[in-house]
Amino acid sequence: MSLLYPLLLSSALFGIGLYGVLARRNAVLMLLGVELMLNAVNLNLVAFDAWFADALHTGQVLTLFTIALAASEIGLGLAIVLALFRAVRTVDVDEVGR
Amino acid sequence: MNGTEVVFALLSVVAVGSAVLAMTCRQLVHAALWLVVTLGAVAGCFVLMTAEFVAWVQVLVYVGSVVVLVIFALMLTRQGAGTTAEVTGNRWIAAVLGLVAAVGLGATMIAGFGGQRIEGRRIGTAASIGEALFTDWVLPFEILSGVLLAALVGAIVIARSGSNR
Repeated sequence: MSLLYPLLLSSALFGIGLYGVLARRNAVLMLLGVELMLNAVNLNLVAFDAWFADALHTGQVLTLFTIALAASEIGLGLAIVLALFRAVRTVDVDEVGR
Repeated sequence: MNGTEVVFALLSVVAVGSAVLAMTCRQLVHAALWLVVTLGAVAGCFVLMTAEFVAWVQVLVYVGSVVVLVIFALMLTRQGAGTTAEVTGNRWIAAVLGLVAAVGLGATMIAGFGGQRIEGRRIGTAASIGEALFTDWVLPFEILSGVLLAALVGAIVIARSGSNR
């Protein structure tokens, strides 16, 4: 399989995730954009691991680490969003900034 | 274009389409459910790149727990029916920036790795990934468990902080 397929898919997902983080008003959906960007990175790591045929499986092990870090990131992020909601009764980032 | 590439291209179309829907959909829960489709398609891409263990971890952790967590958060922070538009006023700047990032990254990838091919010589089975994880990568793995514990405790403390006033 050509290496370009996963790399281009990862570029597209990263751009879409960036748009989501910048454009969404709901703080929970902003976090979804971050998850999408992290997934694009995972795709890159796995693609380069398979291309390089690394004896240590560096790319795939780093992908597992990224997945664990993304899980802890979304846990903390949602806790912060819940605390924010309790404080100001909204998760709209425009209204919170005002 | 062989069979693997055809399947990969189909999964890519599914992933990109559902990602666009997840980031633009007005219904909040629908956005989270479209993200499930995206993450599932990416897991299929992992299988095609001979990373089967990573694909199953992706299904378990992302589709199984992260999206459920997000849907819980969406329901706990639900506002009244009369909410305003779902995107901010700077959505066009955001769209341009996202497009520039995607095109720039894509052009860099094409320039750098144009003719390379994935041969699939080392399959990422559970046995081989587990062996790599618990021999060469055991110290980062243990540190990561500490990070997860810290994140868990921090999340509980932050989520409970305002409730006992």
